[in-house]
Amino acid sequence: MCNSELRSIEKRLADFSAVGIRPVAISVDTPEVSREFTQKVGYTFTFLSDPNVEAIRRYDLVHSGAGENGHDIARPAEFLVDPSGVVRWVNLTENYWVRAHPEQMLEVAKTLK
Amino acid sequence: MNIKRFNWQTWAGFLLSIFAFLSYFFIFVWFPITRDFPWANLLLFVCAIALLLFGLRRAFAKERSLRSKITASIVSTLGVLVCAMFLFSYFVAGRWLPESRGAPQVGQKAPDFTLTDTKNKQVSLAELLSAPINGQAPKGVLLVFYRGYW
Repeated sequence: MCNSELRSIEKRLADFSAVGIRPVAISVDTPEVSREFTQKVGYTFTFLSDPNVEAIRRYDLVHSGAGENGHDIARPAEFLVDPSGVVRWVNLTENYWVRAHPEQMLEVAKTLK
Repeated sequence: MNIKRFNWQTWAGFLLSIFAFLSYFFIFVWFPITRDFPWANLLLFVCAIALLLFGLRRAFAKERSLRSKITASIVSTLGVLVCAMFLFSYFVAGRWLPESRGAPQVGQKAPDFTLTDTKNKQVSLAELLSAPINGQAPKGVLLVFYRGYW
């Protein structure tokens, strides 16, 4: 439903590449569903599938029973990770309808060496 | 129906309240400026409620029938309920998210993972952090967790 955040990242993809940042989207959707979704909407960056909420659990982002048929899904969250694997910026929104802006993330990206 | 007697303010107010509700999810959510705070929708609701009030004032004029008073009251109540439903969806239900206290914080190591991409290829965070972008070493990876496509 609310994938306007993903769309805004796709729009600024060239800017992300220019500063050396690789956006990666992660959800519980299977690769098939993600493939259909990305092709339909025209997303070209990496989409990863975590149907068993393994990575989502490791990042403590499980939203229990919030998906279709009461499945566990990920709550919205963004992390900027530097090449050494250290988190440099986090956004855990308190309201589902409020999301990070690409401009904000690009600003942070510029501070990475 | 006599068009001059028709209480258009009430009906317009009601329809506008429905539009004010739906337009957030179908239109305004796509633009960060109207998504992060629903000011456009709140403005529409203010107009809708103003119309409903005008409609009520008209319906409760002495010469109007009891039927028009009852209709205007019911329709106005429904309009206000739509508004309340919107406020609830955005301000209350929107905050029903897990706290995620154990999420990695700034300065901490991001947990590694290996997941499947849309080409059915296994990809790890370590690979994402080292694979070149336009022939250059990446400066970082932006992980965007989302609820899924449904």
